[in-house]
Amino acid sequence: MAPLSIADVERIAALAHLNLSDDEKTLFARQLADILHLAEQVQAVDTTGVPATAHVLALVDAERADEPRPSLTPQQATANAPDAEREAGLFRVPRVIGG
Amino acid sequence: MSTARSIRDDVAAGRVSAVEVCRQALARIDQVNPVLNAFNTVSHERALARAAAVDAKRAAGQPLGALAGVPIAVKDNICTREVRTTASSRILATYVPPYDATVVTRLDAADAVIVGKTNCDEFAMGSSNENSAFGPVRNPWALTHTPGGSSGGSAAAVAAGCVPLALGSDTGGSIRQPASFCGVVGLKPTYGRVSRYGLLAFASSLDQIGPFSRTVDDAALALSVMAGADTWDATSSPEPVAAWTDAPVPSVEGLRIGVPRRFTHEGVDAQVSQAFDRALAQFEALGATLVDVELPHAPYGVPAYYLVCTAEASSNLARYDGVKYGYRSPAAANGLKAMYTHTRSEGFGAEVKRRIMLGTYVLSAGYYDAYYLKAQQVRTLLRTDYEQAFERVDLVAMPTSPLPPFALGEKTDDPLQMYLADIFTVSANLAGLPAVSIPCGVADGAQGTRLPLGVQLTGRAFDESTLLRAAGAFERATSWHTLQPPAVAGIAPS
Repeated sequence: MAPLSIADVERIAALAHLNLSDDEKTLFARQLADILHLAEQVQAVDTTGVPATAHVLALVDAERADEPRPSLTPQQATANAPDAEREAGLFRVPRVIGG
Repeated sequence: MSTARSIRDDVAAGRVSAVEVCRQALARIDQVNPVLNAFNTVSHERALARAAAVDAKRAAGQPLGALAGVPIAVKDNICTREVRTTASSRILATYVPPYDATVVTRLDAADAVIVGKTNCDEFAMGSSNENSAFGPVRNPWALTHTPGGSSGGSAAAVAAGCVPLALGSDTGGSIRQPASFCGVVGLKPTYGRVSRYGLLAFASSLDQIGPFSRTVDDAALALSVMAGADTWDATSSPEPVAAWTDAPVPSVEGLRIGVPRRFTHEGVDAQVSQAFDRALAQFEALGATLVDVELPHAPYGVPAYYLVCTAEASSNLARYDGVKYGYRSPAAANGLKAMYTHTRSEGFGAEVKRRIMLGTYVLSAGYYDAYYLKAQQVRTLLRTDYEQAFERVDLVAMPTSPLPPFALGEKTDDPLQMYLADIFTVSANLAGLPAVSIPCGVADGAQGTRLPLGVQLTGRAFDESTLLRAAGAFERATSWHTLQPPAVAGIAPS
């Protein structure tokens, strides 16, 4: 298959929230194209009328009753956060709205 | 080296204290870990305290659990409360989970003693343990060689005699292949057999946790403790747990073992083929019948796998963004978007980025049908291949790996070469079937190295009983599992 263009790589990186260096973009363009070339082998298979398997187990009714149970405290939940108001259980992030 | 069962029996009978067993395990780890780099974290104090609690339980006359006093290592992508869990990634280098994975809770309830967290490929992505942010793990059989991956640390820890049991996770072969590379037993249960709650997810429809051990019986023991439905994992199965440890003397008399010969012998290293053929002859000598089977879609396993797993990984790893846990880039000073992209780019290694990119691409508009949907259809065809084979046989046999263990650095320049080595293991994950690798030979490598080889058995869904029975029978008739890895033999216990 055609190698991926740098623009392709940049588009995918943006979707995946990755920030790549120019060297990485060049390397990944080549490597991803090689891997996709391998992956394309699946296109040779006749899958007419074949259902997709998203999940091997046909489980139904895997839900429990909607009842509250003990969980993490706000402090526990925020304990690993890089920046948080731990008592309130809030995660602090850079401002998005407003000046 | 003692088995888990014998340690449990000795501790329960008071012949040895859990603390003494724990001390020995920690001493062994401290000796070999500088050489092998199998552990990311060793919990000396915590483990000794746990062992002391087991001894106190015994002294108080309380009944002890099925793994009483057994030292166990846990792969570092499985959450252990208050013990650092990193997935061998920079992005979680300081993460301390506030909860235990269900398997950890069950091991604790069985009075096992978790001694540390093992090194692995980052987020379980790799086949050589060379993708770890904490450095590669070395094979106890040859320090120049990889232990396999992604659960290389767990395999090495068992092979080197640090612990009799270790946990790994297997998405495309990450328990079975390192087991083969290190000369130990590695079991991937049926999908849904063991809870994934607390396993840092890589590919949710493929991941399973399973044990490494030196004996099949120990693997059965570990499975019996961990397996069973879990309300915390909606994908865990209500299928009842079988009495795997109460099995009679294992025999393969009358068992039919399928061999997909075209698939198993094409493009495979000569020493691997030789060992595989010898293993098949051994099964026959023990009373099994060999049957030729076809798995027509097995050659499409690797491409299908790398489409499905990367798509799922791209979704699962979206949560690592610097908000709730883990690494946050200083670029956060430039706003939220910069925080996300720089955190992830600085925190993830190259292989993880590659797979996220591939997964994002195959799920993106315009490509979904051609790649991801197609791969899921191929997956259905592969499951059907196995179902048809299982109408005529009870197990399917293949080599675990098409190659003997390879040298560190040998395949790192070409990700594709690494992926192709998964050819025999991915189909069990795609089809959700249980599979085990057991030692079946030793290959001669360069410079006088001797490198383990494994044979893989795959069974019907939820039929771990037949799998363990056949593996156990093979083990009883052979002595591959008793060999000691030469590269750590000189590091004697003090």
